Amino acid sequence: MYKIDKDNLPELFKFLTKNGTDVFAPVRKGNQVNFESFTDEVASTLDLDTLKTVRSPKDFVLPQVEHLFDATIENKQIKLETSPLADKPYVIFGVRPCDVKGIEVLDNVYLKDPVDKFYQARRAQGVIISLACTNPQQTCFCKSFNIDAANPQGDIAIWLINDSLNWKSLTDKGANLTTQVKHLLQESSDIDEVEACQKDIQLKIDALPYSRGLPLDKFTPDKLLEIFNDARWDELSKACIACGTCTFICPTCQCYDVKDYDAGKKVKRYRCWDSCMYSDFTLMAHGNSRNTQKERFRQRYMHKLVYHPDKHHGEFSCVGCGRCVNKCPSSLNIVKVIKSFEVDN
Amino acid sequence: MQELMKAKAQEMLSNGSVTRVLAWKKGDFETNPEPAFFTKHVDDMVYNQYCATNLSNFMVGVEKEEGKTLVFLKPCDTFSFNQLLKENRISRDKAYIIGVGCEGVKVIDEMQETGALLEKCNVCTKIKHMVYDELIGEDVTRRVTDDPLTRFKDIEAIEKMDAGERFAFWQGEFSKCIRCNACRNACPPCGCKKCVFDNDNYDTAQKANVTTFEEQMFHIIRAYHVAGRCTDCGECTRVCPQDIPLHLLNRKFIKDINALYGEFQAGADIETLGPLTDFNIDQDAEPSIVYDRG
Repeated sequence: MYKIDKDNLPELFKFLTKNGTDVFAPVRKGNQVNFESFTDEVASTLDLDTLKTVRSPKDFVLPQVEHLFDATIENKQIKLETSPLADKPYVIFGVRPCDVKGIEVLDNVYLKDPVDKFYQARRAQGVIISLACTNPQQTCFCKSFNIDAANPQGDIAIWLINDSLNWKSLTDKGANLTTQVKHLLQESSDIDEVEACQKDIQLKIDALPYSRGLPLDKFTPDKLLEIFNDARWDELSKACIACGTCTFICPTCQCYDVKDYDAGKKVKRYRCWDSCMYSDFTLMAHGNSRNTQKERFRQRYMHKLVYHPDKHHGEFSCVGCGRCVNKCPSSLNIVKVIKSFEVDN
Repeated sequence: MQELMKAKAQEMLSNGSVTRVLAWKKGDFETNPEPAFFTKHVDDMVYNQYCATNLSNFMVGVEKEEGKTLVFLKPCDTFSFNQLLKENRISRDKAYIIGVGCEGVKVIDEMQETGALLEKCNVCTKIKHMVYDELIGEDVTRRVTDDPLTRFKDIEAIEKMDAGERFAFWQGEFSKCIRCNACRNACPPCGCKKCVFDNDNYDTAQKANVTTFEEQMFHIIRAYHVAGRCTDCGECTRVCPQDIPLHLLNRKFIKDINALYGEFQAGADIETLGPLTDFNIDQDAEPSIVYDRG
């Protein structure tokens, strides 16, 4: 274990950026905290106290827009020029335990056969430094998904105690980075302090309103059709205004659309996040397979609670970060959906 | 007030004078009620200072459905209702409107009060219901500001910036946009059946924030499209997950319309033609004439 003062973080980040590693850390701008690229200008607005960034760290492994290739025609031949794969190392600092799990959910999709090369390259360059949740909030329900907010995963775990960061590397990647910055860290054996912090976090988590057990056992792949055809979706989706807020701030929403941009003499093919809330989601030549908002709304929750677990050994593709609970314009969210299925029809 | 509203809603549902009730339903926290339709019982209905949603917009969704809808509207929501009526998007005879008093809507973060009211509530002048069949608790409504110009203070500050500063200001704000379209979908006058940005024949997707240029296009086109029709209901700013002060764009148009064409409040009634649709060949034929007229 190591330690570093919170005030010395900018120095550590500067060292990393100087040596060719990009650093992304939570930065406050106005009322919002988001992961931003670390520069001298943002050093004074680093914010490790705010629990949740508005956007999730998914942005760094699966950017909202990604250019795939250019296609040009030369001598009646189509020439493809693929975008270069990510080759610059980066660190995402201050990732919360739920968001670390979120990246694992994405890994389970994008790194499985067929492997997504763009994702794989980007993921390989990244080191995730996670941060335990000293002050979990009302909308958190990570515990329902067996995520321990006191024991963050990732490559390096951090516990922020009295303005001092307790640093523990968890993987080879984490160990390598630790070696690289060792001269800025102090050795530490304050295990007791960290254990006390962990206990405190677990007590706080247990006291949260959503920690009192969500009826997730109702969502099993063998009940797929039963859940799909349930009359409750009509009611649940009524207030949905079909925006994509929930899907875009979600750390695990992973669908993308592929489009060709006519750039005059060439075609640029790119992909961008898609949202099942949108009317053109999975639009095909024959038309759309989901014509009503109820069907689109249902898709999101079926994907997270039934389809994904069916394909990934029971792993839900929700990590209980609570972003959708906090941000839905109509106060709809996955917790309301899960709870509504508590009683069988 | 909530109990009076519930009693009235239950009575009208039970005696069949309305088919459904559009109101707010209790959430799992006190602070997150959601817009909801009630067709049998109204036990879960709530009304408190966390009921933010402008329910007028949901009337568009039930316009084609059978029967009458009882809808509860706060004073500012009635302006939107009128505007939708004026644009023939909803019918007056399909709604039974109960105007309810409003003490301002509280801002919630992480299910807790931040201590602030919504921006629009701080500069609220819309204390009277513009359209209703009946009122409940209207006397609790209080005017937050006596100076109707207070709401233009932020606009004046932006007008005072030089072009470079102003560009930097908006670029900073627009670059936060994640193209979730919440502002568009929550906006009552933003009601095209098929939004120009949803046209899949374009090779620039509405969901991709490809360049800052495109983000600026989206918000500015939207602001132009609702100019003269925006009632300043503030839903765009309320729903933005990235906290972009979108109402400033609309309010700039409102301020300019007031200056160029005379005081106008969209949704105040359903008869007055909008300043941008009321065309007078002698006075409004050329922008320069309007400009010179001052």
